[in-house]
Amino acid sequence: MIRSLVGGAALALMLPVWASAEDEAVTTFTLDNGMEVVVVEDHRAPVVQHMVWYRAGSADEPVGSSGVAHFLEHLLFKATDTLASGELSATVAANGGRDNAFTSFDYTAYFQRVAADRLDLMMQMEADRMRNIRLTERDIETERDVILEERNQRTENNPRALFGEQMRAAQYLNHRYGVPIIGWRHEMEELDMDDALSFYQTYYAPNNAILVVTGDVDPEEVRVLAGKHYGVIPANPDLPERLRSQEPPQNAARRLTYKDPRVAQPYVQRSYLAPERNPGDQKTAAALYLLSELLGGGTTSYLNETLQFDQKKAVYAGASYGGVSLDNTTFSLFVVPTEGVSLQEAEDAMDQAVADFIAAGVNEDDLERIKMQLRAAQVYARDNVDGIGNRYGRALASGLTVEDVQEWPDLLQAVTGEEIIAAARDLFRPEASVTGWLMRDEEVTQ
Amino acid sequence: MRAFLTTCLVLLLALPAWAEVEIKEVTSPKGIKAWLVEDHSIPFTALELRFRGGTSLDAPDKRGAVYLMTGLIEEGAGDLDARAYARELEALAASFDYDASDDTVSISAQFLSENRDEVADLLRKTLHQPRFDIDAVERVRAQVLSGLRSDAKNPNDIAGLAFSQMAYGDHPYGANGKGTIESVSALTRDDIIAAYEGVFARDRLFVGAVGDITAEELGILLDQLLADFPETGAPIPGKADVTIDGGVSVVEFDTPQSVALFGQRGIDRHDPEFFAAYILNQIMGGGSLESRLMREVREERGLTYGVYSYLVPKDLASVYMGSVASGNDRIAEAITVVRDQWADIAENGVTQKELDDAKTYLTGAYPLRFDGNSRIASILAGMQMDDLPIDYIATRNEKVNAVTLEDVNRVAGELLDPEGLHFTVVGKPVGLEG
Repeated sequence: MIRSLVGGAALALMLPVWASAEDEAVTTFTLDNGMEVVVVEDHRAPVVQHMVWYRAGSADEPVGSSGVAHFLEHLLFKATDTLASGELSATVAANGGRDNAFTSFDYTAYFQRVAADRLDLMMQMEADRMRNIRLTERDIETERDVILEERNQRTENNPRALFGEQMRAAQYLNHRYGVPIIGWRHEMEELDMDDALSFYQTYYAPNNAILVVTGDVDPEEVRVLAGKHYGVIPANPDLPERLRSQEPPQNAARRLTYKDPRVAQPYVQRSYLAPERNPGDQKTAAALYLLSELLGGGTTSYLNETLQFDQKKAVYAGASYGGVSLDNTTFSLFVVPTEGVSLQEAEDAMDQAVADFIAAGVNEDDLERIKMQLRAAQVYARDNVDGIGNRYGRALASGLTVEDVQEWPDLLQAVTGEEIIAAARDLFRPEASVTGWLMRDEEVTQ
Repeated sequence: MRAFLTTCLVLLLALPAWAEVEIKEVTSPKGIKAWLVEDHSIPFTALELRFRGGTSLDAPDKRGAVYLMTGLIEEGAGDLDARAYARELEALAASFDYDASDDTVSISAQFLSENRDEVADLLRKTLHQPRFDIDAVERVRAQVLSGLRSDAKNPNDIAGLAFSQMAYGDHPYGANGKGTIESVSALTRDDIIAAYEGVFARDRLFVGAVGDITAEELGILLDQLLADFPETGAPIPGKADVTIDGGVSVVEFDTPQSVALFGQRGIDRHDPEFFAAYILNQIMGGGSLESRLMREVREERGLTYGVYSYLVPKDLASVYMGSVASGNDRIAEAITVVRDQWADIAENGVTQKELDDAKTYLTGAYPLRFDGNSRIASILAGMQMDDLPIDYIATRNEKVNAVTLEDVNRVAGELLDPEGLHFTVVGKPVGLEG
């Protein structure tokens, strides 16, 4: 404590909150400048993962500057006042660690994984680049080429990714989730120094950040180090409230076909606008998560039993739901038809299967099997504390609280079959859906 | 800052971080050997079973049999058809993952302590009584064919296959381990059974186990799962002749970004110079932003999102490979920069600082690999396949540190062959002939 006071940090004297979630040694507290801290202990190996999550993602970007959140993420590996360009990563590597970063719709996160006694140095460098990057025009030009090649690699070279981009753009009428995280190419080409610095100065501040430290650490030690490095950075008093343009009522089912000669395996996908996990209000999301598992989670799921095994119309079928999201998310179904089955037949079979599932109600044995797997997943999760840390970071950066994260497993166990069917009835509104066919060129004429 | 770092490095080298991983060799009552790391802090066990041979065991007219068989292992066993089997496995909350590569078929299992006996019964049934029901064969065959059709339109897969065909010719390594549309379409249930009988045998088995299990319990489990396999299986093919000529070949494919796979002859895992080559590769293109290739191709010129090189010491051949992807109008320049770096290091070597940085990275990063039961079980099986001693983990960093600048630069001169480096490019590259 004395060292951190000398360093100018006045730490909040909050007692640690121990997780009620079984055996996850989680401690959380908040620095005086508003930076939240999550510590997850695992003393089996002398390794630590240090992460800083910013509540700033692609959906927070100004109109016309798509991709700037991700562009800035790349630029944070350039120079600061005290570090040369590339020196942070080189220093991590010279200490036997590895580092990287990632950007999503709702957050941008930076991390290093390194021997536990290097935590002080990692915090020193990460705190430095929270406020002190120094970019050159050459950095901008070269790194813009790099992100364009990244878009080439991830998206332009991959018809499924291009199809997914069109699906999202059609799903969201007014929300920024309809714009790709990496950005639209024509806007990426125009990103400049001002775009990057403006985003940086607005969002990169301790009161907009979450520190997540996992591994062989003592929470008290993390508290002291965090105070020393992050606690001294003043909060940004002008941090804007996180308000985005929201979806209007969706009143028209949308359909699209994406044709590309590079498509080898056509498929049909359907997405629905869906509620996300909200602070203190996650019951619907828990029901939707179980719905996605029951419908399309694996070999025994309803869509696979029906379309793959019984009707032999599908090579695979699936469902997915991402509940961790600041604003409305999506629930998706897809069917990959077998040879000789058309996309229309596949779509019809999928719709019939979903209708039959709702009419029949949830099979209690199926639900119990999934709940058993979720309970076991909590045991397996303890083998990967970095995964536990990521779960907290993602949730806190997406508007949830520590309590929400800790209540989630019990909420999943408490969901009933009736609640799942009720959630399904609310979810599957054709007017809030997009149906997409990914096709080869030659099928256009069929 | 520099002075501070120096102090840290000294401390790091003195850290016996890997001392945590205590490996025991276990021999079961019926003579099955395994390496075990006991750790009772979380109530589950990870078990890794590996069988040497892999898709290379396929006969020339049965390409894809081992791969399809591996996909069918989880599609029903004993009295359980595919659907009943999947329900049973889910109810136990265990996971069995199967993989077939060109040298190995592996089974990675993870199971809770509370129902270990039931899981063992199911896994035994899986391994010894697979049903290979006709409807399951047809369903999984359709999945494999769907995957093959997708691979045929994926620039990375197209490049990988073209490069393998060039480098290994008629050896099994030169063929696609998943088979071809024609060969997979023609496989019969008898072919699947023959593949099963060829793959699973005791003379090619390697086992790693980590977690909440004692040596005695593991011994009983090993006998239950593995002792009834036959002593030997299908013959493993001989070594491949690696034929790689320098130059560029282009596979035309209409896509905005060209993918280039490059390679030359490699170095055997047991070659006395392997550690020097391993460090050399770390400096060349080992994955970090600091590598020569990443610095010159990405950081300096913005020509790519990622460029890497990697040693590929397989059981039956060794090559040195790399990859880069750039827009069609920029790939020619990226290739030139890669070849220039290859030539520069071959001729001028690396610097003492590059060597020191690579060593501190490799030695510091090594203990960070041992971060989870499944991960460690996989490493234990891999060490045995590589014929490494059981105390290897404790001595590995010394071997890295013993490599001198002279060693690395001598190996660079001998190994790196800028003239013999071949680039297989898939895309519509501008300014490249091949």
